[in-house]
Amino acid sequence: MKDALGQHQSILVLGGTSEIGLAITELLATRHANRVILAGRNMAALEEAAVGLRGKTNATVSTMAWDARDYSGTDSAVGEAFAKEGRIDMVLVAVGLLGDQAKDEVDLDRGSEVMSVNYVGAATACLAATKRLKEQGQGTLVVLSSVAAVRVRASNFIYGSSKAALDGFCQGLADSLEGSGVEVVIVRPGFVTTKMTAGMKVPPLSTGADAVAKATVAGLARRSAVVWSPPAIRWVSMVLRSLPRPIFRRLPF
Amino acid sequence: MSEQAPAEQSLVWGWGRRPVSRSRLIRLRSGEQADHLWSSAAASSQALARGMGRSYGDAASLAGGVLAETSGMNRVLSLDAASKTLRAEAGASLDKIIKAALPLGLFVPVTPGTRQVSLGGAIAADIHGKNHHVEGSFGRHVRSVTLSGPTGTSTINPATDPELFWATVGGMGLTGVVVQAEIAMIEVETSFIRVDTERARNLDEAMSLMQQGDAQYRYSVAWIDCLARGGNLGRAVLTRGDHASIDELSAKARNNPLAFHPRRGPAAPGWVPSGLLNRFSVAAFNEAWYRKAPKRELGRITPLSSFFHPLDGVRDWNRLYGPRGFLQYQFVVPFGAEDVLRRSIERLSKGRFASFLAVLKRFGDASPAPLSFPMPGWTLALDIPISSGELGPLLDSLDEDITAAGGRTYLAKDSRLPRELLARQYPRLEEWRTARQKADPEGMICSDLCRRLDLAGHH
Repeated sequence: MKDALGQHQSILVLGGTSEIGLAITELLATRHANRVILAGRNMAALEEAAVGLRGKTNATVSTMAWDARDYSGTDSAVGEAFAKEGRIDMVLVAVGLLGDQAKDEVDLDRGSEVMSVNYVGAATACLAATKRLKEQGQGTLVVLSSVAAVRVRASNFIYGSSKAALDGFCQGLADSLEGSGVEVVIVRPGFVTTKMTAGMKVPPLSTGADAVAKATVAGLARRSAVVWSPPAIRWVSMVLRSLPRPIFRRLPF
Repeated sequence: MSEQAPAEQSLVWGWGRRPVSRSRLIRLRSGEQADHLWSSAAASSQALARGMGRSYGDAASLAGGVLAETSGMNRVLSLDAASKTLRAEAGASLDKIIKAALPLGLFVPVTPGTRQVSLGGAIAADIHGKNHHVEGSFGRHVRSVTLSGPTGTSTINPATDPELFWATVGGMGLTGVVVQAEIAMIEVETSFIRVDTERARNLDEAMSLMQQGDAQYRYSVAWIDCLARGGNLGRAVLTRGDHASIDELSAKARNNPLAFHPRRGPAAPGWVPSGLLNRFSVAAFNEAWYRKAPKRELGRITPLSSFFHPLDGVRDWNRLYGPRGFLQYQFVVPFGAEDVLRRSIERLSKGRFASFLAVLKRFGDASPAPLSFPMPGWTLALDIPISSGELGPLLDSLDEDITAAGGRTYLAKDSRLPRELLARQYPRLEEWRTARQKADPEGMICSDLCRRLDLAGHH
């Protein structure tokens, strides 16, 4: 169940090898979360993540095969997880590909995979989770978006647009769930230094997975609809969003 | 069999406004409708009785299940001045019971800080009041309970079925739906309380005043300022008293000594933002409250509503905490563990967690009920607005301290206890589970609290 401080007892992580997703899960599991399911494509990596979580927390951690690109399989996989657990208090949708803009623009298989995993795959996972959470009468859907979703930039518009679509989807979903007992939390981190961004140039206001996890747990306590990490990125995004195009276009990132 | 009103899906929360969950609400009008619950719950989902929603957390919530509200089943059935006995339906509020009983010179044996609790809820939470050190908790004054559950309906008392009776007292509604109950009332001459007020400059002084003086008072409580620091840590206002006799009243009040007209103030608005009650506004309130109290004043005659139920003057005062809500943290530590109490107050004060009306009280003997909260010792209750992530870890660590000292937290207030601590805090948990299992072998009764803490012992 969910408690008054936004702690959740059972968690399903869709995209169970995501560093940010695991950092959030670990923080919740060092407090009151006692059951975790990590779902994803790479079973070896999932198992390794599960071993890590078991070592650092007292939670019972299991793994489950799930491929975000298998849209029809998503429904049955999520359904199975709920059936097995009885109740799941929080579903964390952490699946996503950063891609490589320059290559993805010309290799359309790669480009379309980023778009389909980040939007169609993640949003389908949200739908699969939502219908079960609604039946329970209580639950939280936490979705990893990005500040890149706020205003899509020339340097990574494939990734940015896919997150923008997911972010917009979640805003509408959250409003549609008013009165259902299900709450949606959209997490918009800035540049996060993880394996996904290894080797990339680190821009100002970057953050780490642990900081995003802390901000998310605080957001759950506060009942925030949107979590920004670092907090200052919220105001920067507001400014960027309203910049006139000729200026925005010339920004060096 | 009478038909139930159609179920309505609604969001439900406790008095602290969090956590929130959605259930099907039905309004019970009779005991037969409660019986019908078990045949319909078998087909669909679990069920739970809900009174006035004054428990702070999720004790009266059941996500995805059926909540059977008792507010439509609220008649006072009989009131006998000679035997000092009242029989009422479970949904009757203490407000209603007090208003019915006072003209006959009777009063409830135990009253909490609000009259807006139902008789069924008072039994389920085994509530206590300012007289616990003398007269114990509510369950001690219950003569019989009519309970509707999956295995049938029966009227039980401590002699006929002690196991189920005491599992129901303090059992958080998990043994069935209380349909009716009979309670022993007390006799009063007036609707006034003779109150002695004293200020204590710090926690030690407050505790020593209470230790020395409590035995002379039927009612005793201290308000503690948890935001005062240093030498003022735990400064307090003690109010203690007893029911006033007729000859203590003014000539004018003597004309109608049992008059009861509690003031019903305005309701708190629904649009108050979170954060209005912060440590600055609450510190200012606490300062004013402390300064306003006389250093020492004996024998003031006060209407009982302002002595027992000061917050009932503002309807829906819980809205003042805004949509982020608040929680009430109430624990008890045994006598001898005063250092744990002191340390808890110090740590809350250091964390600058705003709290007004932190209430300190000494408990007397425990009830025979295995899940009843009170035990001989000191209890502290405080309201804390939910602000950020820092509060949870602090309370978790206080829980550890309190549990290690042989203390416990109050389930009717709880909305966040780590479930591992439950069995350590309530060492008679297994005994209660056994009785509950007999009354509800298929697990048809449930609450969000029960799921969160695994009260019933499924996992």
